[in-house]
Amino acid sequence: MSSKNLKLFTVPFNLQNPVTVQVLGICSALAVTVKLMPAIVMGLSVTVVTAFSSLIISSMRDYIPPRIRIIVQLVIVAALVILVDQILRAFVYDVSKALSVYVGLIITNCIIMGRLEAYAMGNKPWPSFVDGLGNGAGYAMILIIIGFTRELLGSGSLLGHPMIPKAFYSAGYVNNGMMIMPPMALIVVGLIIWVQRSKNPELIESN
Amino acid sequence: MKNFSNTYIYIFSSVMVIVVALLLALAALQLKPYQDKNIEIEKKQNILASINIIATPVNAAEIYAKYITESYVVNTKGEHVDGIDAFTVDIKKEQAKPKEQRVLPIYVAAFEDGKNAYVVPLRGKGLWGPIWGYISFEKDLNTIFGANFDHQGETPGLGAEIREAFFQKPFIGKTIFKDSAEFVSVKVNKGGVDPNDPHAVDAISGGTITSKGLEAMVDSCLILYKDYFIQNRK
Repeated sequence: MSSKNLKLFTVPFNLQNPVTVQVLGICSALAVTVKLMPAIVMGLSVTVVTAFSSLIISSMRDYIPPRIRIIVQLVIVAALVILVDQILRAFVYDVSKALSVYVGLIITNCIIMGRLEAYAMGNKPWPSFVDGLGNGAGYAMILIIIGFTRELLGSGSLLGHPMIPKAFYSAGYVNNGMMIMPPMALIVVGLIIWVQRSKNPELIESN
Repeated sequence: MKNFSNTYIYIFSSVMVIVVALLLALAALQLKPYQDKNIEIEKKQNILASINIIATPVNAAEIYAKYITESYVVNTKGEHVDGIDAFTVDIKKEQAKPKEQRVLPIYVAAFEDGKNAYVVPLRGKGLWGPIWGYISFEKDLNTIFGANFDHQGETPGLGAEIREAFFQKPFIGKTIFKDSAEFVSVKVNKGGVDPNDPHAVDAISGGTITSKGLEAMVDSCLILYKDYFIQNRK
């Protein structure tokens, strides 16, 4: 991978993170992060869809009539999402149930359409694929951090395995029930944004 | 930006839609057997949960075959109906029919100690969508042996708690007939119930509508079995 392509992949992890900097895809970030496992699968699914829809749209970009380009993008994204949904239902049924409608809602995830319009429509297939991969992974990273925090503090477990020693509970420790509710995901996103901005002064607006 | 003729746009969109539709249809056909298998295993897990046996997706089929020895369907008059596999009965479709035409599945479990349990499926409405479950009875067809409930989209932390053990456990030992003659079902009451009340359990705080929906589900599904239960109790 050339250094230019590598940059396409790494920028979404920090300075151009889709969730914490561009504030896209927040809806699903709140909904599927109660447990770590659905967060990981959701992150992976979005990454696969973003990467491959970017690849497909970019290879077709010279043949797509501009007047119907949004429709074409939607059809490709929807087809990929249905495919992902069917595969999840067949092979990881539990997770597919936990994600419920949110897999279908990947179609409306602004990150995907955003990357297709902003990048894939004007660039070659390989860089577009890398760009999609990077943005999907940047989204997945935030979901996993939130899922990790919420499952550990809210349910006292990780991937379903108990993490907090029994002795803590006997000593009066209780799981934080608030962590299970969606608002806490928003607060965790806020904390991540806070940490990220304090480390990257260039992200702070001048006024 | 290139200019495309209208004809090109029509052909482009038609070809694209046909190709995508073909691909998706093919994928759906190929994956269907796996998906059906998952749904079947989940149903077996739920039936087992209602007789207080916890099964994983891996061993559910095996444990199910071991304990559920018999299943049959009856009608609302309590008579056996032949030629229908209880496992394939779709409760949702049955509930759309008039009461007299419905068939009612019963699964019989046999345990190592010679005891039996009779499992009955339930389906009703919660706050946001359908709720369903299985409830099992001892051989008197009156005392509840176990209960398992699930839901599609009840509020997490509130109505969704009907799938948790703390809510399901209190059903055990409750009875649905008063003085073994009058059908009273099991009430789900708000604000605490006397644990010794034989016909009521505690509702979920903050999940009032789901709790009420569950009470209605238990009542409306079990009353159909009333005649069968009265005729066949031991």
